[in-house]
Amino acid sequence: MPKDDLVEQLHRFRDEQRAVRAGRQAAGHRPAARQPAMSLAGRPDQEPATEVGEWLDPGTDRLADGPQPAGDGDPAGPTGSGGDPPIGPGDGEPGDGGSGGGDGAGSGEVWIERLRTGVRGVGQAFITLGVVILLFVAYELWITGLFTQHKQGQLKTRLAQEWNSGEDPTVAEPGAKAREIPLGQGIALIRIPALGLDYARAVVEGTGEAALAEGPGHYVSTAMPGQIGNFSVAGHRVGKGSPFLDLDRLRAGDSIVVETRQYYYLYRVLGDQRTGNPGTPGPAGVPGLEIVRPTDVGVIAPVPNHPGITPDRRLLTLTTCHPKFSAEQRLIIHAELQGVPWPKSKGLPPALTG
Amino acid sequence: MYSWIWRKLPGGMPAKVVGCAILFLAAVALLFLVVFPWAEPRLPFNNVTVDG
Repeated sequence: MPKDDLVEQLHRFRDEQRAVRAGRQAAGHRPAARQPAMSLAGRPDQEPATEVGEWLDPGTDRLADGPQPAGDGDPAGPTGSGGDPPIGPGDGEPGDGGSGGGDGAGSGEVWIERLRTGVRGVGQAFITLGVVILLFVAYELWITGLFTQHKQGQLKTRLAQEWNSGEDPTVAEPGAKAREIPLGQGIALIRIPALGLDYARAVVEGTGEAALAEGPGHYVSTAMPGQIGNFSVAGHRVGKGSPFLDLDRLRAGDSIVVETRQYYYLYRVLGDQRTGNPGTPGPAGVPGLEIVRPTDVGVIAPVPNHPGITPDRRLLTLTTCHPKFSAEQRLIIHAELQGVPWPKSKGLPPALTG
Repeated sequence: MYSWIWRKLPGGMPAKVVGCAILFLAAVALLFLVVFPWAEPRLPFNNVTVDG
């Protein structure tokens, strides 16, 4: 029964709104003859329903052209029995309801209006939230890439200038090993031909949030390119230009070239060089690819996974998150320096010429 | 909320549409330049380093 009451109230409310509209139109278009129509809102039984119907918009055809039971006087009759037509004509804003009410059922209508406003507000809030989340995804995937691309361009330009002017932040003078490199400064270019011959990212010093927003970052406590130890670099997997998105596609033996002012350092991904499987531990027990917990700092130790042992090899380690879009684990790539550094005066090394 | 904004926007239909577009772009710019950069480090998607 309460439901019937509700429907009844909705219909009455709808009809009153229509009546008010009809009254307004009558007042506007037929000032002399229809002026009394304003009273329809309060006394709908004074006018035949067909008169009201004529002034309604054509969309509500049931009222507009249907034959009306003469003398019925209740506009709810014809439509009320014909199913559930849309409640409230056109705009249906709460403001109209307020002006149309005013008789005994006023409090119920206000309550219904509030309910409708509330439900509509909740719906709009959910839609807005969804749009914001979609925008966040777009921001992560593309917009951060634009920012990082811009910073990478600046970093590469600056590195080229420094190299031309003879500075090389990665080469410490003898006895000046403790020289601090400012966080965020570019130190080298990392090139991975397997990810594209034009793949080149400027590596910055430090692995803080700000540094990683500019490009792959060098763990400050680890070795420099070409040095004995473990030159370790962290980079974003998804977003911020996604520099390390496809590290899981690297195979054992793939080249990773680190370019500094004077040299190209050629590293090769460890693992089974014959089959290309990077998961197999290489000669020193270090695999080319491993997936570890986020707390496994041993992977960037001078001898990976054996902290505290004095290194005698020249390794490179890349870290990024795994799986994509997650921070559950870390994807680790280990590579080892091959041969002697290739002087830049000799041009591009074979690994970069395809 | 949106109908309230629509009613508050000045002018006729074309002016309201232009006003809506400006408001939308302003909201997106606020999200991209202020809100998302602030929220991003607090969300657990982008930790790429190993640390104890």
